Amino acid sequence: MRVLVVGLNHKVADVDVREKLAFDGPKLLEGLMRFKELPEVHEAVILSTCNRVELYANVHDKEKAAESIREFLAEFHNIKRTSLDKALYMFDDIDAVKHVFRVASSLDSMIVGEPQILGQLKEAFELALEKKTTGVLLNKVMKKAISVAKRVRTETRIAENAVSISFAAVELARKIFIDLSKRACMLLGAGEMAELAARHLITNGVKEVMVANRTYERSCDLAKEFNGRPVKFDAFIDEMVHADIVICSTGAPDYIVRKNEMQKVMKERKQRQVFLIDISVPRNIDPEINGLDNVYLYNIDDLQGVVNANMFERQREAEKAEKIVQEEIETFIKWQASLDSVPTIKALRERAEEMKKEELDRLLNKVAGLGEKEREAIEYMATALMNKLIHPPTAALKDSSEDKESLVALVRKLYGIDEE
Amino acid sequence: MGLLLFELALTFYFAATIVGIIELFKGSKITSRIIVMLAAIGFVLHTLCIVYRYVDAGHIPITNAHEATSFFAWCIVLIFFILQVRYRVVLLSSFIMPVVFILMLLSSMVPREIKPLSPVLQSSWLGIHTVFAFLGNAAFALAFCIGVMYLVQEHYVKSKNLGGLFGRLPSLQILDEINYRLIKMGFPLLTLAIITGALWAESAWGSYWNWDAREVWSLITWFIYAIVIHARLVAGWRGRRAALLSIVGFLTILIAFFGIKLLRKGLHVFL
Repeated sequence: MRVLVVGLNHKVADVDVREKLAFDGPKLLEGLMRFKELPEVHEAVILSTCNRVELYANVHDKEKAAESIREFLAEFHNIKRTSLDKALYMFDDIDAVKHVFRVASSLDSMIVGEPQILGQLKEAFELALEKKTTGVLLNKVMKKAISVAKRVRTETRIAENAVSISFAAVELARKIFIDLSKRACMLLGAGEMAELAARHLITNGVKEVMVANRTYERSCDLAKEFNGRPVKFDAFIDEMVHADIVICSTGAPDYIVRKNEMQKVMKERKQRQVFLIDISVPRNIDPEINGLDNVYLYNIDDLQGVVNANMFERQREAEKAEKIVQEEIETFIKWQASLDSVPTIKALRERAEEMKKEELDRLLNKVAGLGEKEREAIEYMATALMNKLIHPPTAALKDSSEDKESLVALVRKLYGIDEE
Repeated sequence: MGLLLFELALTFYFAATIVGIIELFKGSKITSRIIVMLAAIGFVLHTLCIVYRYVDAGHIPITNAHEATSFFAWCIVLIFFILQVRYRVVLLSSFIMPVVFILMLLSSMVPREIKPLSPVLQSSWLGIHTVFAFLGNAAFALAFCIGVMYLVQEHYVKSKNLGGLFGRLPSLQILDEINYRLIKMGFPLLTLAIITGALWAESAWGSYWNWDAREVWSLITWFIYAIVIHARLVAGWRGRRAALLSIVGFLTILIAFFGIKLLRKGLHVFL
């Protein structure tokens, strides 16, 4: 009984390989059922996301099982074995468990600490539970993986800081303003990154959006998209009075917001805080403006700097998370070991029961004329004696953390369990 | 008994200070909860201590340096908890608990015995005037702490270096709003303290205003906070300037309170 992981992720396989192997839509259920039916596979879970496809199994013979899983993948997805084998990795036993823990904790993700993977893993496990493709081992591994991931999330700050420019902008906005839902945002110009930042702000509560673009039609289109209102480009400075957050990304070759203009805006705003985000290159907002009171100006490099610092921080938190995973692996190993002694304990008890029954039968046949009361007393004593005798070895089997295997062997030999 | 309550409150404030410092550097939900708990227990003990002394002395226990400093600390913690109801800025405790603890320590180092009241203090104005003055000053003390927090947080945002406490400090606007709220709370209290003080002075010494040092400094403080409120409403002085002004305001209060005490001049000698 051991865990086996066969799969691939963004590190070893390009997207064209990953998408061929993906179990998406109805393929997932079909794949899971067929995976479970493989002769070497006793339990099965399939995790399929855009960055990874992994098959988790409980197997006896890892080589045979791995081979049949590879064969199944090639056949199911209609891919040549040679190209498949190059990409696939395999983890066995404790390495496999550790891998699942790391995946769940988002330590193996493309962006370390991203939170989606845990939800995806939960879904994969829920499907497996629903279709009854798991048993004792994988249930334990998956449940433990989820709890490890939660521990990592609460005990480290791995997912705390933004690691993309648009999220960094939202994070900063949160540290400047009280309530984003009462703030207005202005989008100056357009561009993929500016629109993404605006979208993140909206999902984080910003309701009022103004859009100013050189071509008014484009402003109207974008405004519709963001449920905002278009603003004439040559009048944007007047409207800036109402904007708490300004995202600027025009193609202008020079500054379009100058210090004296901003001073006027601030005066009209009664100095209420403003967050200016200048993603344009060359810059469109005079950097001197950051020197004004209650104005916070970030350009693309500033935001990138924030992201880099956060990435570095995440890396440090990831090291803490690895330690947590290691700790949890150790408790898992203990659990697995105790599982091994369970059949021994069971066999020991059965053997003792057998002996008790034999001796009682013999005694009760030999001695005639015993009343009901006496019989009961004798039986009671025999049971008590048996329980007392098998208690210490049972307790030792349950408790011992070191050298379990030899203890199990010893008990079996001493009580003649293996002879049967 | 009163002594024991005082020492216990001091101990709990000390513990809250230590956890508050830990919170500052390595905070978590658990440390935040512990601080609030420790401070709350300290506050209850402190309240009992003041009530006990009130019963013991038969008048409001704000008549000497020991009592005054202790009562001031009590007011700060009281307003801290009032703020918590609405804003839940636990990190503020890391800034105020050391202040509270030091005040309590100072209070414990000066003579504590209850002496018979001097005739001037035997007046119903004693309770009214001092409670207004101390609550007002406590609100300003908290505004000072919030102002410091604002400047720290603003420094992070302005300099684009988001390390250190950036993640743990609340947003600039929240700090600014709390600051203004505290000043709006403290200013009428200070005004009332000055008015009741003048009325008391009239009944005790026969004149409303004696130009003694405490009175003059209080007036200066009153003007500073009047400017803070006025500048905010009219010229939109918020954010950094408001934070700076609330710091300056509280420093003048400190001069009024301790500076004059050291000089031991004027009519307010008893405090």
